Order: sequence, then structure tokens, then C-alpha cells
Amino acid sequence: MIPPGLPPGSRVRVRADWPEAAGPVHVRTPHYLRGRTGELVRHLGDFPNPEDLAFARPAPRLALYHVRFAQPPIWQQGQAGDDLLVEIFAPWLEPA
Amino acid sequence: MCQPVDTTEHVLSDFDREVDAIRQILGIKGVMSVDELRRGIEAIPEAEYHRLSYYQRWLRSIVTTLLRKGVFSQEDLRTALDRT
Amino acid sequence: MTIEITPDADLLAALRTLLDARGIASAAEIAERIALTDAATPARGAAMVARAWTDPDYRTLMLTDGAAAAEALGIPMRGAPPLGVLEDTAELHHLVVCTLCSCYPRAVLGYPPFWFKSAAYRARAVRDPRGLLAEWGTVLPEKMRLRVVDSTADYRWMVLPLRPAGTAEWDAERLAGIVRETDMIGVTLPAS
Repeated sequence: MIPPGLPPGSRVRVRADWPEAAGPVHVRTPHYLRGRTGELVRHLGDFPNPEDLAFARPAPRLALYHVRFAQPPIWQQGQAGDDLLVEIFAPWLEPA
Repeated sequence: MCQPVDTTEHVLSDFDREVDAIRQILGIKGVMSVDELRRGIEAIPEAEYHRLSYYQRWLRSIVTTLLRKGVFSQEDLRTALDRT
Repeated sequence: MTIEITPDADLLAALRTLLDARGIASAAEIAERIALTDAATPARGAAMVARAWTDPDYRTLMLTDGAAAAEALGIPMRGAPPLGVLEDTAELHHLVVCTLCSCYPRAVLGYPPFWFKSAAYRARAVRDPRGLLAEWGTVLPEKMRLRVVDSTADYRWMVLPLRPAGTAEWDAERLAGIVRETDMIGVTLPAS
């Protein structure tokens, strides 16, 4: 998990974690970004953890960030300069 | 999956709109969250998932979730189905 | 009879009966909810875009707080997720997708279209976005960068496209008439 207050522009990596392999889960971090490195754009707010909401468990609020990833090398079909902007919850991010 | 996108217009049916409305009401009343809906859709076996339409998946997920949460029982559902 | 082999109309009828009996959703509540949902159409988003093109203060509000900007035009946002607005520029074009499901800015654009929910769109918008745009006849200028916004969580996103050339004399109402749903998702560009 990245610490609160990490400034925009910080390099962050999405955890290369696959909780799907261990049993039923609901995860809002796309497969194609697991293990990838991007750049923190901004803190969008704090929202109840969807991984808990999906199972009707008490859902603590988590920091949600906009993170930018260069399109290549995520997908080799992209054009240099293109990027992806994705909402990712703090526990899925680590400093890179 | 990486095929041309079908951009023809698909008009929603009364079935689609009613399932959509029920899902919203369940969310507003705190009976079932949108995350539970998504979890239920993701749990549909793959072959069945591809056979079902978008809102058929929603209906499957809603009924399965409400059964699991005890909003109604299998018995209640069977009785209601017998009467339709 | 199991859920899997029950005809869908029957399953929906049974669900309707059960929810009504439990005081969760009456026929009247369902009808009201359908009417409210049907009332949300891309005309709402188009009115916001046209206003932003003609009113710099409104543009600033829209880019800062999309929901507040929608409410300023009388668009009901109560209970809706936060609305983020992505500003296209001469150097940067935005394209919105939800690869995980079908998150859509419904309060301002209405029900998501069939293509937005399709596996092909959801896969190719991140993998081959320029190829995807070409299918709509959308070719970006060579130096324009493309930013694909994958709507994975609690926000909903709409695009504020560039105002097309040749519309300098147009008022907001006329401008709203040329803004299409596809322009506000980024698969097409508004044209005069």
C-alpha cells in the first residue's frame, strides 16, 4: 500500500497479485495492469472497498487514485505518447 | 474478443428496463449493492455467461444474491414461479 | 425448477411478486424508476458541453466538479456516482471504456449503448484504441495523443470534446444539437 499524501507524479507499481486464484473475490484492478508501473495523477477521494461491498461485508473507505500508464509497453499495439488513465485503490499500489 | 465492434442500435426491451429499475431500487434501499451484482455476474459459469444477454445476467445475479442473503428462500421462489 | 432453466420472463415475474410481497419494490416504484431512468438521455450531456463551449465559468465548474455542473443545469444527480469530465485539447484526445463491466455516466448520457457493453469494445478500447476509433471513421491528427480512461471504480467519466471549427457564431442551443453521445465517450468527434 502506498502511504497517504504521496505527491502527484510519484512512480507507483500495481501489485502483481492474483487473489482470484485463491477463491471467490471481486476485484476492481484490471488484470492487464497487475505488476505494471505508472504515475500517480491525483487522489480522487475515499470510497468503501468494493472487494468488501461485493460480499456484503463492512467496507472501510480506501483512498482511490487516478494512475497514468504509458500505452506501450502495456499493449504493444499502442502508439508512443498514448496512455491509459485508471482508477486504482491504494492497497493495490506500492511505491516504485 | 478482438473483433469489430457491433455498433448497430439495440433498443432495450421492457424486460431489460424492468431488471435495470429493480437493481437500482435494491441499491437505493440497501438490499443489494452494485458490487454484489457484479460479483454475481462474474460467478456465472462461462458457457452460460456467453449464452445470456446482458440483462439476463443481471437477473440471474439478482436472484442468486437475494437467495443467498435470505431475502427469500428457494421455497418462496418455487411458490412464486408456480403462480406465474 | 432451478434458476438456470426458468424462462426469463417467468423468473422476473416471480422476483417482482416476491419483492412486492416483502415491501421492497412495488409495481408503482418500479414504474417510477423506469420513467426516471428513461428521462436521462445524451441531450443532458450535450447541454453541458454546449454551455461549457460558450461560458468559461461554467467550463471551469464542469472540469472541477461534473456533478455540480450537471445540477446547475437542473440535471438530477442525487444518488449518482461522482462525475468526472475529461477535457480534450488540440494535443490530447480522451476515450472512455469500462473494461471490467459497463460503468457509464448514466445520469448525463442515459443507458449505456449496446456496443459500449460489448466484449469487443471493452477489450479493444485499451488494446487497439486507434484501430477501434477508425471503425467509427475517427482519425486523430498525427500529433494528437490518445488517453484511454478505464472507468474501473467509483467515478463516471464523460469527455468534453473540442468545439468544432465553423461554429463561432452559434449559440448554446444550436451547439447542443450537434453533440452526440459518441462524442462524449470519445469514439467520435463533433462536427459542424
